Amino acid sequence: MTKAPKARLATAWLDGCSGCHMSLLDVDELLLTLADRVTIVFGPLVDAQHFPESVDVALIEGAVSSQDDLRLAQTVRENSKFVIALGDCAVTSNVPSMRNSIAPTRLLERVYIAGADTQPGVPLENVPKLLRAAIPLHEVIKVDLHVPGCPPSAAAIAHVLTELLDGRKPDLSAVAKFG
Amino acid sequence: MPNRISIRIDGELVQAERGQTIFEAAQANNRFIPGLCQFKGLSTVGACRLCVVEVQGVNRLLPSCTTPAQDGMAVITRSAKLNDYRRQALELLFAEKNHVCAVCVSNNHCELQAYAQRLGVTNVRYAYRYPRLKVDMSHPRFVIDHNRCVLCTRCVRVCNEVEGAYVWGVAGRGIGSRIACEMDRDWGKASACTNCGKCVQVCPTGALAEKGFAAEEMVKRQDLVERLATIRGTMNPGGSR
Ligand code: SF4
Ligand code: SF4
Repeated sequence: MTKAPKARLATAWLDGCSGCHMSLLDVDELLLTLADRVTIVFGPLVDAQHFPESVDVALIEGAVSSQDDLRLAQTVRENSKFVIALGDCAVTSNVPSMRNSIAPTRLLERVYIAGADTQPGVPLENVPKLLRAAIPLHEVIKVDLHVPGCPPSAAAIAHVLTELLDGRKPDLSAVAKFG
Repeated sequence: MPNRISIRIDGELVQAERGQTIFEAAQANNRFIPGLCQFKGLSTVGACRLCVVEVQGVNRLLPSCTTPAQDGMAVITRSAKLNDYRRQALELLFAEKNHVCAVCVSNNHCELQAYAQRLGVTNVRYAYRYPRLKVDMSHPRFVIDHNRCVLCTRCVRVCNEVEGAYVWGVAGRGIGSRIACEMDRDWGKASACTNCGKCVQVCPTGALAEKGFAAEEMVKRQDLVERLATIRGTMNPGGSR
Protein backbone atom coordinates (compact mmCIF):
# COMPACT_ATOMS: atom_id res chain seq x y z
CA MET A 1 0.00 0.00 0.00
CA THR A 2 1.41 3.36 -0.91
CA LYS A 3 0.87 6.21 1.46
CA ALA A 4 -0.74 9.45 0.26
CA PRO A 5 1.93 12.09 -0.31
CA LYS A 6 2.31 14.44 2.64
CA ALA A 7 0.62 17.82 2.41
CA ARG A 8 2.99 20.79 2.45
CA LEU A 9 2.10 23.07 5.36
CA ALA A 10 3.60 26.50 6.01
CA THR A 11 3.06 28.99 8.81
CA ALA A 12 3.91 32.67 8.96
CA TRP A 13 4.18 35.09 11.85
CA LEU A 14 3.29 38.72 11.13
CA ASP A 15 2.22 41.27 13.78
CA GLY A 16 1.03 38.90 16.49
CA CYS A 17 2.23 37.63 19.86
CA SER A 18 2.95 34.04 18.68
CA GLY A 19 -0.02 32.85 20.75
CA CYS A 20 -1.64 31.33 17.66
CA HIS A 21 1.49 29.28 16.99
CA MET A 22 1.42 28.19 20.66
CA SER A 23 -2.18 27.12 20.20
CA LEU A 24 -1.15 25.12 17.13
CA LEU A 25 1.43 23.28 19.24
CA ASP A 26 -1.30 22.74 21.82
CA VAL A 27 -3.18 20.23 19.66
CA ASP A 28 -1.48 17.50 21.71
CA GLU A 29 -1.49 14.00 20.24
CA LEU A 30 -2.86 15.29 16.95
CA LEU A 31 0.72 16.48 16.37
CA LEU A 32 1.71 12.83 15.89
CA THR A 33 -0.99 12.27 13.28
CA LEU A 34 -0.06 15.55 11.63
CA ALA A 35 3.58 14.51 11.50
CA ASP A 36 2.45 11.55 9.38
CA ARG A 37 0.28 13.60 7.08
CA VAL A 38 2.04 16.96 6.63
CA THR A 39 5.52 18.38 6.22
CA ILE A 40 6.03 21.82 7.70
CA VAL A 41 8.03 23.61 5.03
CA PHE A 42 8.23 27.16 6.40
CA GLY A 43 7.58 29.22 9.52
CA PRO A 44 8.93 29.93 13.02
CA LEU A 45 8.74 26.21 13.83
CA VAL A 46 11.29 25.20 11.17
CA ASP A 47 14.61 26.45 9.78
CA ALA A 48 13.79 27.34 6.17
CA GLN A 49 15.05 30.79 5.20
CA HIS A 50 12.95 31.30 2.10
CA PHE A 51 9.29 30.67 1.48
CA PRO A 52 9.10 27.63 -0.81
CA GLU A 53 6.95 27.02 -3.87
CA SER A 54 3.78 24.89 -4.05
CA VAL A 55 2.57 24.99 -0.49
CA ASP A 56 -0.78 23.29 0.09
CA VAL A 57 -1.96 25.04 3.23
CA ALA A 58 -0.56 28.22 4.79
CA LEU A 59 -1.53 29.46 8.26
CA ILE A 60 -0.84 33.15 8.81
CA GLU A 61 -0.78 34.62 12.30
CA GLY A 62 -0.79 38.38 12.91
CA ALA A 63 -1.96 41.64 11.40
CA VAL A 64 -0.24 43.27 8.44
CA SER A 65 1.67 46.11 10.12
CA SER A 66 4.94 46.69 8.27
CA GLN A 67 6.42 46.54 4.79
CA ASP A 68 7.94 43.17 5.70
CA ASP A 69 4.56 41.81 6.80
CA LEU A 70 3.05 42.95 3.53
CA ARG A 71 5.79 41.33 1.42
CA LEU A 72 5.64 38.06 3.33
CA ALA A 73 1.84 37.93 3.06
CA GLN A 74 2.09 38.41 -0.69
CA THR A 75 4.80 35.77 -1.03
CA VAL A 76 2.71 33.29 0.96
CA ARG A 77 -0.29 33.96 -1.27
CA GLU A 78 1.66 33.58 -4.49
CA ASN A 79 2.99 30.21 -3.45
CA SER A 80 0.10 28.64 -1.54
CA LYS A 81 -3.08 26.93 -2.63
CA PHE A 82 -5.08 27.58 0.54
CA VAL A 83 -4.41 30.52 2.88
CA ILE A 84 -5.86 30.66 6.39
CA ALA A 85 -6.02 33.84 8.48
CA LEU A 86 -5.26 32.33 11.87
CA GLY A 87 -6.47 34.26 14.91
CA ASP A 88 -7.96 37.66 15.59
CA CYS A 89 -4.88 39.70 14.64
CA ALA A 90 -4.89 38.24 11.13
CA VAL A 91 -8.69 38.30 10.94
CA THR A 92 -9.56 41.70 12.48
CA SER A 93 -6.11 43.27 13.22
CA ASN A 94 -7.12 43.04 16.91
CA VAL A 95 -4.65 44.42 19.47
CA PRO A 96 -2.10 45.69 16.87
CA SER A 97 -4.89 47.91 15.49
CA MET A 98 -5.00 49.87 18.73
CA ARG A 99 -2.21 52.03 17.31
CA ASN A 100 -4.19 52.90 14.22
CA SER A 101 -5.64 56.20 15.39
CA ILE A 102 -2.09 57.54 15.93
CA ALA A 103 0.18 58.38 12.96
CA PRO A 104 3.28 56.10 12.88
CA THR A 105 5.80 58.96 13.27
CA ARG A 106 4.04 60.27 16.36
CA LEU A 107 3.68 56.75 17.70
CA LEU A 108 7.40 55.99 17.29
CA GLU A 109 8.37 59.31 18.87
CA ARG A 110 6.12 58.66 21.80
CA VAL A 111 7.57 55.20 22.41
CA TYR A 112 11.26 55.71 21.55
CA ILE A 113 11.76 59.36 22.57
CA ALA A 114 9.13 60.46 25.09
CA GLY A 115 8.99 56.97 26.60
CA ALA A 116 12.75 56.24 26.68
CA ASP A 117 14.77 56.36 29.91
CA THR A 118 18.10 56.13 28.09
CA GLN A 119 19.27 56.75 24.51
CA PRO A 120 16.14 58.36 23.11
CA GLY A 121 15.88 58.01 19.32
CA VAL A 122 13.66 56.33 16.79
CA PRO A 123 15.41 53.25 15.32
CA LEU A 124 15.71 53.66 11.55
CA GLU A 125 18.11 50.94 10.44
CA ASN A 126 17.43 47.21 10.12
CA VAL A 127 13.80 47.59 11.13
CA PRO A 128 10.92 47.29 8.68
CA LYS A 129 8.97 50.44 7.96
CA LEU A 130 5.57 50.56 9.64
CA LEU A 131 2.48 50.82 7.48
CA ARG A 132 0.09 53.67 8.25
CA ALA A 133 -2.18 51.18 10.03
CA ALA A 134 -2.15 47.55 11.15
CA ILE A 135 -4.76 45.89 8.95
CA PRO A 136 -6.42 42.50 8.60
CA LEU A 137 -4.87 40.03 6.19
CA HIS A 138 -7.84 39.94 3.81
CA GLU A 139 -7.34 43.64 3.06
CA VAL A 140 -4.07 42.83 1.28
CA ILE A 141 -4.40 39.26 -0.02
CA LYS A 142 -7.18 36.81 -0.77
CA VAL A 143 -7.93 34.69 2.29
CA ASP A 144 -9.59 31.28 1.88
CA LEU A 145 -10.61 30.73 5.50
CA HIS A 146 -10.85 32.94 8.58
CA VAL A 147 -10.31 31.30 11.95
CA PRO A 148 -11.02 33.91 14.64
CA GLY A 149 -10.00 33.67 18.30
CA CYS A 150 -7.32 35.18 20.51
CA PRO A 151 -5.87 32.66 20.16
CA PRO A 152 -8.13 30.21 18.31
CA SER A 153 -8.50 27.18 20.57
CA ALA A 154 -6.39 24.11 19.89
CA ALA A 155 -9.69 22.34 19.18
CA ALA A 156 -10.52 24.88 16.47
CA ILE A 157 -7.11 24.49 14.83
CA ALA A 158 -7.28 20.71 15.08
CA HIS A 159 -10.73 20.73 13.50
CA VAL A 160 -9.63 23.00 10.65
CA LEU A 161 -6.52 20.98 9.81
CA THR A 162 -8.21 17.58 10.03
CA GLU A 163 -11.16 18.67 7.90
CA LEU A 164 -8.89 20.20 5.26
CA LEU A 165 -6.63 17.16 5.13
CA ASP A 166 -9.70 14.98 4.71
CA GLY A 167 -10.82 17.17 1.84
CA ARG A 168 -13.78 18.79 3.60
CA LYS A 169 -14.62 22.42 4.25
CA PRO A 170 -14.30 23.14 8.00
CA ASP A 171 -17.43 24.41 9.77
CA LEU A 172 -16.27 26.83 12.43
CA SER A 173 -19.56 27.76 14.06
CA ALA A 174 -19.12 25.58 17.12
CA VAL A 175 -15.39 26.04 17.65
CA ALA A 176 -14.37 29.61 16.82
CA LYS A 177 -15.34 33.10 17.96
CA PHE A 178 -13.78 36.55 18.20
CA GLY A 179 -11.76 37.18 21.36
CA MET B 1 -62.30 43.87 19.28
CA PRO B 2 -60.93 40.43 20.15
CA ASN B 3 -57.59 40.56 21.89
CA ARG B 4 -56.19 37.51 20.18
CA ILE B 5 -54.99 37.59 16.60
CA SER B 6 -53.60 34.88 14.35
CA ILE B 7 -50.39 35.24 12.40
CA ARG B 8 -48.28 32.87 10.41
CA ILE B 9 -44.65 32.64 11.53
CA ASP B 10 -42.39 30.64 9.21
CA GLY B 11 -45.45 28.89 7.83
CA GLU B 12 -46.95 27.92 11.16
CA LEU B 13 -50.20 29.47 12.35
CA VAL B 14 -49.79 30.92 15.86
CA GLN B 15 -51.76 33.11 18.23
CA ALA B 16 -50.61 36.54 19.34
CA GLU B 17 -52.01 39.36 21.41
CA ARG B 18 -53.22 42.49 19.71
CA GLY B 19 -50.63 45.21 20.28
CA GLN B 20 -47.67 42.84 20.35
CA THR B 21 -44.84 43.50 17.97
CA ILE B 22 -43.74 40.74 15.60
CA PHE B 23 -40.68 40.30 17.82
CA GLU B 24 -42.82 39.81 20.95
CA ALA B 25 -45.25 37.51 19.18
CA ALA B 26 -42.39 35.38 17.89
CA GLN B 27 -40.78 35.24 21.32
CA ALA B 28 -44.08 34.31 22.97
CA ASN B 29 -44.22 31.39 20.53
CA ASN B 30 -40.66 30.28 21.30
CA ARG B 31 -39.14 31.52 18.08
CA PHE B 32 -35.77 33.13 18.22
CA ILE B 33 -35.13 36.42 16.42
CA PRO B 34 -31.77 38.10 17.12
CA GLY B 35 -31.82 41.64 18.50
CA LEU B 36 -29.23 43.93 20.09
CA CYS B 37 -31.11 47.16 20.78
CA GLN B 38 -34.29 45.49 21.98
CA PHE B 39 -34.56 45.09 25.77
CA LYS B 40 -37.61 43.66 27.50
CA GLY B 41 -39.65 46.39 29.20
CA LEU B 42 -38.00 49.33 27.41
CA SER B 43 -39.46 51.21 24.46
CA THR B 44 -38.31 50.04 21.02
CA VAL B 45 -36.23 52.00 18.52
CA GLY B 46 -35.29 49.62 15.69
CA ALA B 47 -31.68 50.78 15.80
CA CYS B 48 -29.61 47.64 15.30
CA ARG B 49 -31.41 46.03 12.33
CA LEU B 50 -30.59 42.51 13.53
CA CYS B 51 -34.25 41.66 14.05
CA VAL B 52 -35.34 42.27 10.46
CA VAL B 53 -37.96 39.86 9.09
CA GLU B 54 -39.75 39.32 5.80
CA VAL B 55 -43.45 40.13 5.77
CA GLN B 56 -45.52 38.70 2.93
CA GLY B 57 -46.69 41.43 0.57
CA VAL B 58 -44.07 43.94 1.73
CA ASN B 59 -41.11 44.24 -0.58
CA ARG B 60 -38.56 45.36 1.99
CA LEU B 61 -37.36 43.91 5.27
CA LEU B 62 -39.01 45.23 8.42
CA PRO B 63 -37.54 45.46 11.94
CA SER B 64 -39.67 43.05 13.94
CA CYS B 65 -39.18 44.97 17.21
CA THR B 66 -41.05 48.04 15.94
CA THR B 67 -43.56 46.41 13.58
CA PRO B 68 -46.92 45.52 15.18
CA ALA B 69 -48.21 42.02 14.50
CA GLN B 70 -51.47 42.20 12.58
CA ASP B 71 -54.19 39.64 12.15
CA GLY B 72 -53.53 37.44 9.12
CA MET B 73 -49.92 38.56 8.67
CA ALA B 74 -47.41 36.03 7.29
CA VAL B 75 -43.88 36.53 8.59
CA ILE B 76 -40.59 34.81 7.76
CA THR B 77 -38.08 35.03 10.63
CA ARG B 78 -35.33 32.83 9.22
CA SER B 79 -34.00 32.52 5.70
CA ALA B 80 -30.70 32.72 3.89
CA LYS B 81 -31.54 36.26 2.81
CA LEU B 82 -32.27 37.38 6.39
CA ASN B 83 -29.10 35.75 7.64
CA ASP B 84 -27.15 37.62 5.04
CA TYR B 85 -28.65 41.00 6.00
CA ARG B 86 -28.21 40.29 9.71
CA ARG B 87 -24.57 39.40 9.14
CA GLN B 88 -24.05 42.63 7.21
CA ALA B 89 -25.58 44.64 10.05
CA LEU B 90 -23.26 42.94 12.55
CA GLU B 91 -20.18 43.42 10.39
CA LEU B 92 -20.97 47.12 10.00
CA LEU B 93 -21.15 47.45 13.79
CA PHE B 94 -17.73 45.82 14.14
CA ALA B 95 -16.23 48.02 11.42
CA GLU B 96 -17.68 51.24 12.83
CA LYS B 97 -15.92 51.36 16.23
CA ASN B 98 -12.94 49.58 17.82
CA HIS B 99 -13.99 46.17 19.08
CA VAL B 100 -10.91 44.45 20.39
CA CYS B 101 -12.61 41.48 22.04
CA ALA B 102 -9.43 39.90 23.36
CA VAL B 103 -8.76 42.78 25.76
CA CYS B 104 -12.36 43.82 26.41
CA VAL B 105 -13.91 43.73 29.89
CA SER B 106 -16.91 41.98 28.37
CA ASN B 107 -15.03 39.32 26.39
CA ASN B 108 -17.08 36.09 26.49
CA HIS B 109 -20.07 37.88 28.07
CA CYS B 110 -20.89 40.17 25.17
CA GLU B 111 -24.08 40.10 23.12
CA LEU B 112 -22.39 41.49 20.00
CA GLN B 113 -19.65 38.87 20.14
CA ALA B 114 -22.17 36.10 20.84
CA TYR B 115 -24.31 37.09 17.85
CA ALA B 116 -21.25 37.12 15.62
CA GLN B 117 -20.62 33.51 16.55
CA ARG B 118 -24.26 32.51 16.38
CA LEU B 119 -24.77 34.06 12.94
CA GLY B 120 -21.49 32.73 11.58
CA VAL B 121 -19.54 35.98 11.25
CA THR B 122 -15.90 34.90 11.16
CA ASN B 123 -14.57 38.08 9.59
CA VAL B 124 -15.66 41.57 8.59
CA ARG B 125 -15.82 42.26 4.86
CA TYR B 126 -15.92 46.07 5.30
CA ALA B 127 -12.83 48.18 5.95
CA TYR B 128 -12.47 48.99 9.63
CA ARG B 129 -12.62 52.73 10.42
CA TYR B 130 -10.38 52.79 13.52
CA PRO B 131 -11.91 56.02 14.87
CA ARG B 132 -10.25 57.81 17.76
CA LEU B 133 -12.73 57.59 20.63
CA LYS B 134 -12.83 58.54 24.29
CA VAL B 135 -12.87 56.40 27.39
CA ASP B 136 -14.52 58.42 30.17
CA MET B 137 -13.37 57.23 33.61
CA SER B 138 -14.59 60.30 35.52
CA HIS B 139 -17.49 58.57 37.26
CA PRO B 140 -16.46 57.11 40.64
CA ARG B 141 -17.97 53.67 39.95
CA PHE B 142 -18.49 53.28 36.22
CA VAL B 143 -16.71 53.69 32.87
CA ILE B 144 -17.99 54.47 29.39
CA ASP B 145 -15.71 53.27 26.59
CA HIS B 146 -17.03 54.68 23.31
CA ASN B 147 -14.80 52.27 21.37
CA ARG B 148 -17.20 49.43 22.21
CA CYS B 149 -20.54 51.25 21.80
CA VAL B 150 -23.00 49.92 19.21
CA LEU B 151 -25.41 52.86 19.69
CA CYS B 152 -28.26 50.59 20.69
CA THR B 153 -29.47 53.35 23.10
CA ARG B 154 -30.49 50.85 25.76
CA CYS B 155 -28.63 53.05 28.27
CA VAL B 156 -30.53 56.16 27.15
CA ARG B 157 -33.87 54.42 27.41
CA VAL B 158 -33.32 52.67 30.74
CA CYS B 159 -32.14 55.94 32.30
CA ASN B 160 -35.15 57.85 30.94
CA GLU B 161 -37.85 55.26 31.25
CA VAL B 162 -36.95 53.30 34.37
CA GLU B 163 -34.69 55.48 36.49
CA GLY B 164 -36.23 58.77 35.32
CA ALA B 165 -32.89 60.56 35.48
CA TYR B 166 -32.44 61.49 31.77
CA VAL B 167 -28.62 61.45 31.94
CA TRP B 168 -27.88 59.95 28.51
CA GLY B 169 -28.62 61.16 25.01
CA VAL B 170 -27.23 60.76 21.51
CA ALA B 171 -24.98 63.54 20.18
CA GLY B 172 -23.83 64.01 16.60
CA ARG B 173 -25.26 62.61 13.38
CA GLY B 174 -24.62 59.61 11.16
CA ILE B 175 -21.20 58.08 11.53
CA GLY B 176 -20.33 60.79 14.10
CA SER B 177 -23.14 59.74 16.48
CA ARG B 178 -22.14 58.95 20.03
CA ILE B 179 -23.69 58.56 23.43
CA ALA B 180 -23.39 61.78 25.45
CA CYS B 181 -23.85 62.51 29.13
CA GLU B 182 -26.23 65.41 29.87
CA MET B 183 -25.12 68.43 27.80
CA ASP B 184 -21.95 66.56 26.77
CA ARG B 185 -20.13 66.74 30.07
CA ASP B 186 -17.97 64.11 31.73
CA TRP B 187 -20.04 61.44 33.44
CA GLY B 188 -18.41 62.26 36.77
CA LYS B 189 -19.85 65.79 36.51
CA ALA B 190 -23.40 64.68 35.73
CA SER B 191 -25.91 66.46 37.94
CA ALA B 192 -28.77 63.98 37.49
CA CYS B 193 -26.95 60.62 37.67
CA THR B 194 -28.12 58.67 40.73
CA ASN B 195 -25.28 56.11 40.40
CA CYS B 196 -27.90 53.37 40.07
CA GLY B 197 -25.90 51.46 37.44
CA LYS B 198 -28.90 50.38 35.34
CA CYS B 199 -27.31 51.64 32.12
CA VAL B 200 -24.23 49.55 32.86
CA GLN B 201 -26.23 46.38 33.39
CA VAL B 202 -28.30 46.70 30.20
CA CYS B 203 -25.41 47.62 27.89
CA PRO B 204 -24.96 44.62 25.57
CA THR B 205 -21.21 45.16 25.11
CA GLY B 206 -18.23 46.33 27.11
CA ALA B 207 -19.04 50.00 26.42
CA LEU B 208 -20.51 50.55 29.85
CA ALA B 209 -18.80 48.71 32.69
CA GLU B 210 -18.19 48.82 36.39
CA LYS B 211 -14.73 49.94 37.45
CA GLY B 212 -12.24 47.44 38.83
CA PHE B 213 -12.78 44.66 36.31
CA ALA B 214 -10.12 43.33 33.96
CA ALA B 215 -10.59 41.71 30.54
CA GLU B 216 -13.34 39.05 30.52
CA GLU B 217 -14.50 39.91 34.04
CA MET B 218 -17.53 42.13 33.45
CA VAL B 219 -20.67 40.03 33.64
CA LYS B 220 -23.89 42.04 33.40
CA ARG B 221 -26.96 41.38 35.57
CA GLN B 222 -29.77 42.05 33.16
CA ASP B 223 -32.42 40.01 34.95
CA LEU B 224 -32.88 42.58 37.72
CA VAL B 225 -33.20 45.53 35.36
CA GLU B 226 -35.56 43.56 33.16
CA ARG B 227 -37.70 42.91 36.24
CA LEU B 228 -37.75 46.59 37.14
CA ALA B 229 -38.42 47.60 33.55
CA THR B 230 -41.35 45.25 33.15
CA ILE B 231 -42.95 46.28 36.45
CA ARG B 232 -42.91 49.82 35.16
CA GLY B 233 -44.37 48.63 31.88
CA THR B 234 -47.55 47.41 33.55
CA MET B 235 -48.03 50.56 35.60
CA ASN B 236 -47.15 53.36 33.20
CA PRO B 237 -50.39 54.94 31.98
CA GLY B 238 -48.66 55.96 28.75
CA GLY B 239 -47.44 52.40 28.11
CA SER B 240 -49.02 49.82 25.88
CA ARG B 241 -50.83 47.90 28.65
S1 SF4 C 1 -17.86 44.91 23.29
FE1 SF4 C 1 -18.08 42.75 22.68
S2 SF4 C 1 -17.68 42.72 20.48
FE2 SF4 C 1 -16.89 44.62 21.30
S3 SF4 C 1 -14.79 44.21 21.83
FE3 SF4 C 1 -15.97 43.83 23.66
S4 SF4 C 1 -16.36 41.64 23.59
FE4 SF4 C 1 -15.79 42.25 21.50
S1 SF4 D 1 -23.18 52.57 25.77
FE1 SF4 D 1 -23.90 50.43 25.64
S2 SF4 D 1 -26.12 50.60 26.08
FE2 SF4 D 1 -25.42 52.66 25.55
S3 SF4 D 1 -25.76 52.84 23.36
FE3 SF4 D 1 -23.63 52.13 23.62
S4 SF4 D 1 -23.73 49.90 23.46
FE4 SF4 D 1 -25.83 50.64 23.82
